[in-house]
Amino acid sequence: MKKIWAIVWKDIIIELRTKELFSSMFVFALLIILIFSFTFGFSVEFIPVAAPGILWVAFTFAGVLGLSRSFAIEKEWNSILGLLISPIDRSYIFLGKMIGNMIFVFIVEAIILQIFVLFFNYNLFVNLPSLLLVILLGTVGFVSVGTLFSAMAVNTKLREVLLPVLLFPIIVPVIVSSVKLIGVILSGKPIAKAGSSLQILILFDIIFLVICTVIFEYVIEE
Amino acid sequence: MMKTLAGLTFIGMMASLYMAFIYAPTEAVMGHIQRIFYFHMGAVWVATIAFTVVFIASIQYLRRESRFWDILALSSAEIGVLFTTLTIITGSIWAKPVWGTWWTWDPQLTTTFILWILYIAYLMLRSAVSSDVKKAKFAAVFGIIAFIDLPLVYLSVRLMRGISPVVFGGRGGGIAPQMMFTLVVCLITFTLLYVVLLRERMSVEKMKEELARLKLEETT
Repeated sequence: MKKIWAIVWKDIIIELRTKELFSSMFVFALLIILIFSFTFGFSVEFIPVAAPGILWVAFTFAGVLGLSRSFAIEKEWNSILGLLISPIDRSYIFLGKMIGNMIFVFIVEAIILQIFVLFFNYNLFVNLPSLLLVILLGTVGFVSVGTLFSAMAVNTKLREVLLPVLLFPIIVPVIVSSVKLIGVILSGKPIAKAGSSLQILILFDIIFLVICTVIFEYVIEE
Repeated sequence: MMKTLAGLTFIGMMASLYMAFIYAPTEAVMGHIQRIFYFHMGAVWVATIAFTVVFIASIQYLRRESRFWDILALSSAEIGVLFTTLTIITGSIWAKPVWGTWWTWDPQLTTTFILWILYIAYLMLRSAVSSDVKKAKFAAVFGIIAFIDLPLVYLSVRLMRGISPVVFGGRGGGIAPQMMFTLVVCLITFTLLYVVLLRERMSVEKMKEELARLKLEETT
């Protein structure tokens, strides 16, 4: 456990010193919200219908930006070697990187929620605990697969370009079920109205958390 | 062996064409367009086998790390993408007169579409890695994850549109025995075709490797 936190802490310190990841994710998220306001012609009638979709587009696009840097910074100074020769299990490296990524994505998501309320003048917080739970589950799903793919993508010729191409088709279940759940929550209905969305989301999280942790060692070997 | 298989596939294909166009009776509601179904189902069938083989070969590669499994996965994935494309094309041709639209976001269609994109991404991933060992490992990892993801994709896209009426199969319960027989012949032929294509593709890949090795020997 301590070993995992050491990796998480390392990533947080790097980020606190450079702030490059965070600032780019933040500005990118702002731009997404801005583009959406343009596409809807600044009218507010569409917002209740479009809100879950806008939120998840902002989360996943900004998230991918952060994820693609996750292993790029290790690669740049070849510090990935340092991680690999340290006496820890490969799965700990994965969990460390994943938790770090999740913290960054959560912070950006929290900010996106505020900006959304501010710009669209639409109250997202009708049922805050359920909303946060769904966002948490969805983020675990896409960051776990995203961290694994990030480690693969930096080793390809296409680098960051490849990450969304690989990641987005895989996380279709996460996006579909989260959008459905958030739609139900925002309209003030009980979660049971969203069918088996919650089960699918939890199932996805469990399956891919386990698979990605186990399979990570094949991706990282030099 | 190879020649016999190819010959059998040729005979089967001729028989399938004859049966689909002449032997099988015309469907009462949909008319002649229903005949495309025999080949549509064939393409679906090959795509299903192909991607299952990719999954198994990927697991085997990670366990054994032998080139054979990697070549098998690559060859099978390419055939799978080809036949998924054919599935989508033949399906659209059938859907236009019957449903009145080329495409609809029905759960089965949506899943097929995502399946198609997933394995195109698989091939893109392969072409983007220069080192052979890494390429094989990454592809195997993606091949496993994509295959496990598919049931979840299907479950989740079903949420989006409730449960659509079962138009698929279209022929309901009362299927004529000649139709069933034609379908069986088609599926067997397409399975043979898959095996022939797979072996051809694998031998091409082996030749490529041999060539690369010879070139390397020449330069050193």
